[in-house]
Amino acid sequence: MIQLPCPWCGPRNVAEFRYSGEVTPRPDPATATPEQWRDYLYIRRNPSGWVDETWYHGTGCRRFIRVSRHTVSNEARPAVRTGTTAPVDVTSTDSGAPDAGGAR
Amino acid sequence: MVCVTRKADLGRSAPGPVDRREAYGVAEISRNGTGNGHRRGIGRTKASSRYSALSLIRHGLTRGDWPRAWREHDVASSYDVVIVGGGVHGLATAYYLARNHGITNVAVVDKGYLGGGGSGRNTAILRSNYLTPEGVRFYDRSLELYRHLAADLNFNVMFSRRGHLTLAHNDSSLRTMRWRAEVNKCQGVDSEVIDPSQVKELVPYLDTSQSVRYPVLGALYHPPGGIIRHDAVVWGYARAADALGVHLHQRTEVTGIDVQAGRVTGVQTNRGPISAPIVVNCTAGWSTLISDMAGVRTPVQTFPLQAAVTEPVRPFLHAVVVSGTLHVYVSQTDRGELVFGASVDPFTSYSMRGSLEFVEGLAGHVLELMPSLSKMRLLRQWAGLCDMTPDYSPIMGETQVEGFYLDVGWGTYGFKAGPVSGEAMAEAVATRATPEIISAFGLDRFARGELVGEKGAAAVGH
Repeated sequence: MIQLPCPWCGPRNVAEFRYSGEVTPRPDPATATPEQWRDYLYIRRNPSGWVDETWYHGTGCRRFIRVSRHTVSNEARPAVRTGTTAPVDVTSTDSGAPDAGGAR
Repeated sequence: MVCVTRKADLGRSAPGPVDRREAYGVAEISRNGTGNGHRRGIGRTKASSRYSALSLIRHGLTRGDWPRAWREHDVASSYDVVIVGGGVHGLATAYYLARNHGITNVAVVDKGYLGGGGSGRNTAILRSNYLTPEGVRFYDRSLELYRHLAADLNFNVMFSRRGHLTLAHNDSSLRTMRWRAEVNKCQGVDSEVIDPSQVKELVPYLDTSQSVRYPVLGALYHPPGGIIRHDAVVWGYARAADALGVHLHQRTEVTGIDVQAGRVTGVQTNRGPISAPIVVNCTAGWSTLISDMAGVRTPVQTFPLQAAVTEPVRPFLHAVVVSGTLHVYVSQTDRGELVFGASVDPFTSYSMRGSLEFVEGLAGHVLELMPSLSKMRLLRQWAGLCDMTPDYSPIMGETQVEGFYLDVGWGTYGFKAGPVSGEAMAEAVATRATPEIISAFGLDRFARGELVGEKGAAAVGH
């Protein structure tokens, strides 16, 4: 059993969340090449280690949150911006999740 | 010789069961002390002897040790082909390279032991009732090879043709079953949709009443499907490849791949560097870590998949039963254990720890199907790693790095494709051309938008 740190609800059981995948920056559709768009759609880092992810807290606050998780130990901690300790506000940046706009 | 010595020992010892046991013990120790070294881990030097009824009788009479199934070698400084990953895909590729194409200067390297990854963790179900014509042709060739594998490898892989049932619990599933049945028939694969009374005849213990939460509306029946002993497949390929001169290196971890001017030149391992013009990545769940070393990015994500097995009981379940709606599949092994599998875990991970949620959900779903199993006990659960692709089809063939081949993206359907993948990858490597049977599975299909969507037949239907 693992717990995820929800910035609004505190640590909660992972069963309350839905996985939305690695954070993948979305290129500008107007200028992106087909290769860049392919990468955005399909290519993932899939690292063995820490990775920033988007999760949807479906049975809690019903918000999309960002979590940094270690894919071997499944240890999770709040995703932070480089150089600060503040939680990432996902509503101001693109989460990379295809349906990220639905719950705002 | 050994027999005579032991009899002589027995004759000298005093009568009585205790003394006889001691005499046997002495004989065992002295025999192993000067024997062929099997129990002391010394590798044999000549190729394996052929298994037959005659050799079984001979070994039974002499009680001599069987020769080791494969040898251990020092890592050579160069090979013609280095295959990363010692599971069924890597070993089958090595075997068909040697047997079909005469390329025997091949090394298979694995960071653990042979068959310790997905090959030893799957639920060993074989079938070819897929959804796309490319998929059906591909998996049917694999089933064909599996059917004759025991004779090919001179190793009993315990292939058991059981019939494979994919249950439909709602109208949309039934529609997909009909679609699959038609695609299968067009490719010459035996599949048909049957109604609940026929399902009940095939699986009497299945609850086909209409009063349950997910009533069975019908099923896709695939008579050629079955199960096999997955460890035996790995060992059989390893033994046969070894006999043809392939070097198998266990506990040899690849730490880097050398690429110069867009060409593979070799691999770095924890046992020293190996130079090779061709490197094949057959590492399933860990494949992105190996591909990254060569600078090849793949649309692969690693998800754990859990499975469980019960205590052995008398044979009562002949067919393999799959329910996509209930996310469960059940088969009974030749030993009598029920093997349960499910869909992949809901998030990516390289962790192979089981979870309580899985067992709870699995038990509930199994009991929906077969309420009479409520007193059975689970013996153990485990997890394996699945390298999932966006379209549930594999990624096979050469990459933009010359000499670096991929045989990855095997998700939840890699074991049943082992032989055909080995055959096709061996042909791709030996002829430097992509065989027709895997031409739809290239890495470039994602850029071209030509995905081979198998989710309707591969997602839970194992």
